[in-house]
Amino acid sequence: MTELVLMTRREALAGLGVGLAIGLFPLIGAASESSGQTGSGPQAASGPEEQPSSGLNPNVMVHVARNGQTTIVCHRSEMGQGVRSTIPLLIADELGADPARIRVRQADGDAKYGDQNTDGSSSIRKFYEDLRRTGAATRMMLIAAAAQRWHVKPESCSAKNHEVVHLPSKRALPFSELVDAAAKLPVPKKESIVLRPESELVHVNDPNLPLLDGLAIVTGSAVFGADVKLPNLLIAVIARPPAVGSKWLRYDTRRALAVPGVKRVVEMPAPKLPWHFQPWGGIAVVADNTWAALRGRAELDVTWDPGPNASYGSASFRDELLASVRASGKVLRDVGDVEAAFAKATKVVEAEYHVPHLAHLQMEPLVACARFENNRCEVWAPTQNPQDARKEVARVLDMSEDQVTVHVTLLGGGFGRKSKADFVSEAAFLAKACGVPIRVQWTREDDVRHDYYNAVNAQRLRAAFDEQGRFTAWHHRTAFTPIGSTFAVEVDTPTLNDLQQGVLDLALAAPNVRAEACRAPVHARIGWYRSVYNIFHAFAVGSFIDELAYARGADPRDTWLEVIGPPKLHSLADLGISKLPNYGETLERHPVDAGRLRHVIERVTQAARWSDRKGRALGLAAHRSFVSYTAVVISVVPDRARRLRIDEAWITMDAGTVVNRDRVHSQLEGSLAMGISNALYGGVTMTHGVTDQTNYHDARVARIGDFPRHIHTDIVPSTAPPSGVGEPGVPPVAPAIANAIFALTGQRIREIPLARALGTYRLPTHPILNQSTLDGGMR
Amino acid sequence: MKLHVNGIERSLDVDPDMPLLWAIRDVLGLTGTKYGCGEALCGACTVHVDGHAVRACVTPMRRAEGRTVTTIEGLSPDGSHALQQAWLALRVPQCGYCQAGQIMTAAALLAKNPQPSNDAIDAAMAGNICRCGTYSRIRAAIRKAAGLPPDEGSGQ
Repeated sequence: MTELVLMTRREALAGLGVGLAIGLFPLIGAASESSGQTGSGPQAASGPEEQPSSGLNPNVMVHVARNGQTTIVCHRSEMGQGVRSTIPLLIADELGADPARIRVRQADGDAKYGDQNTDGSSSIRKFYEDLRRTGAATRMMLIAAAAQRWHVKPESCSAKNHEVVHLPSKRALPFSELVDAAAKLPVPKKESIVLRPESELVHVNDPNLPLLDGLAIVTGSAVFGADVKLPNLLIAVIARPPAVGSKWLRYDTRRALAVPGVKRVVEMPAPKLPWHFQPWGGIAVVADNTWAALRGRAELDVTWDPGPNASYGSASFRDELLASVRASGKVLRDVGDVEAAFAKATKVVEAEYHVPHLAHLQMEPLVACARFENNRCEVWAPTQNPQDARKEVARVLDMSEDQVTVHVTLLGGGFGRKSKADFVSEAAFLAKACGVPIRVQWTREDDVRHDYYNAVNAQRLRAAFDEQGRFTAWHHRTAFTPIGSTFAVEVDTPTLNDLQQGVLDLALAAPNVRAEACRAPVHARIGWYRSVYNIFHAFAVGSFIDELAYARGADPRDTWLEVIGPPKLHSLADLGISKLPNYGETLERHPVDAGRLRHVIERVTQAARWSDRKGRALGLAAHRSFVSYTAVVISVVPDRARRLRIDEAWITMDAGTVVNRDRVHSQLEGSLAMGISNALYGGVTMTHGVTDQTNYHDARVARIGDFPRHIHTDIVPSTAPPSGVGEPGVPPVAPAIANAIFALTGQRIREIPLARALGTYRLPTHPILNQSTLDGGMR
Repeated sequence: MKLHVNGIERSLDVDPDMPLLWAIRDVLGLTGTKYGCGEALCGACTVHVDGHAVRACVTPMRRAEGRTVTTIEGLSPDGSHALQQAWLALRVPQCGYCQAGQIMTAAALLAKNPQPSNDAIDAAMAGNICRCGTYSRIRAAIRKAAGLPPDEGSGQ
């Protein structure tokens, strides 16, 4: 469902009844005194002062009280992308509301909001017009009420700054005086709702828009998953099976129960194939504080059966996937005659690439709170997908969804991990089993080891050039375990839906193109990780195009433009495919536009002074994903000890129409950081089906010293329909780094993490401040 | 066990081995200090003990006993600390989870070194991970709070 539900008043009556987080907008441009959430836990779940049955409540998103106080719902999850500022202010601007009089209410999981799965870079891409319609419908009703009062035409009135103005006479009435009359009018039908010109969306496009939750965050009062306070709450930590599909054989409760503060030991239900979002099984230790629960778990002394994936090892799996792409796979893209073109070629370039499992490593480890009372379950969780969480809790408790309420806290990062509901239903199961409210706290080690990882990948790329040096053929094979394997058994080969991410939608000038999906058996839980399959496809394609340039003595930028070909919209026939899922978008609205991909390359190389790069080691890569276009240039410098540092980065994104530009810039900054992490350190490995890494010392991410001192984020001005922002910045970063390293060292690294293959070079270390400032060591 | 937390003397009946982090969060109910790794690897739990930036997740209560602890809630009564104001002005946070630890580490840095160089900033902040990637704004906000001019290309 991609349409936001526009409901009538009566259907929406309950729409504003519950919710965890209420935020107030700080005054634009002024230091705020009242922003942020007003409390924590259920105390903050009070409704608007006025019951929603009074006031103006034309849809599930907007409520204007009789005193003019306006409550706007944010139905998507805040995980750093700024959606709690963007959605409410977009609606408020359409409405003509004064941001100082807006309160933001975080929606619970409920089908009445339409799709709430905050994933796929979709919040603005899919709902831009519908969100605006909820504000516009409210505005039209207030204007109609004023026009009736003044006996003038509604078209002669406008709404701005919380009042309706009759333009010819300059008469004005505040919203508060119009609410009662407006509430009696019919809600405009979707077809008749008129949106404002975008130039009037002033607050959401203020480049200095304050953060809704900024003050709460910098003062420590913002409520994340573990910050929810409930009376009589107990803390649970769970000893989970170390390998996917393994089970406990025996364990010892005696010593665990002897730890002061430990209350109970509870067996979790064992999951059954397909894994879906089920809890992982294992043994839970419940205590009155986190420390006691952790100590109790350490005393459980569980013996585990190794399970069906005990043979899973990363080194052999890498070789298995490379073997897979050395044989034919399922042809999913085919145009021209690839075999003939390679037979006639005078130059063929060929390379293989490998990317391991990537873990999410979001700063907030998984956590959820649940209360089971009177045959109802209420949960508080940092979830990207409160509707799936509700479904999964209902399944675990064998209840109907109506008996389950899911409140959404702030997310301490999500990146796709928190769209899976496993950690939420663990809390619900334990709350019912223990009869008291429970917080399930994952440790960092739990989080690293029990992730839904990004799939391991191998690719083989070949390109052909004829005697005139023309690019004539492209042959791409990719092997990875699709995410579908988490939801169904015997899924081991990517489909059309999977290959849309950077294989099928790749604009290529060559008349002969073939892409094949190759087999990769399942041994782990595979899930979405920011940018998903685009990460490895962009890494291979972006590295390979750079290789083509050097193989032919050409400039990499010129080769990128040559490989992409002239600006044009690629049809399905041009691409050689029968269908393009296109992230749920039509090709009419979001075409495969070679011109836009070229344009971001031209812009980013101009900003980086590409043509004048003598003495600098620059790497370039570009990628289309989530129907946006991004190009990146990375500069790498060595010091005298041959330590490599990324000293400067340029990133240009064409995401069509954007709102809340500051948060788009911040997403580009974050994309650079995540791309750097993926490239330099990315990857967890498996031995006997168990993740080798456990915490940030061996599952590394970029630290401040890894981040370039100079960055340049650039948004292409555009009036095209909005496309994705959160994810499309990440994929081109890793290949741009690999290409910059090649420019400097002449060494082509075709596997992530790059740090493992730097040869005589290395990365700087970043000694971290420890406890040495007190007593020479606190541990 | 007695200690001063944000200017108030608190008496806690806890296991002396309990890390200060869990005492602050679970016993005192001050949830601004975050759990991120439990191994002094990420800095999300950074608080001040006698003015020094300390990772509360590996600081046992017996070592904090009798000392003065400041958490993010006690850095200023109302978010008026120069770093908090700079953080807001430059809109540093994305998800926000690591930011209390970032600010507490930065506050200890500025108390010792009021005008830090970029190298000094990177060295002091090396123990604080931000997975969202707010590093350029963290650097810029520390410079702003210190009254230093913005760097060219700092993204601001």
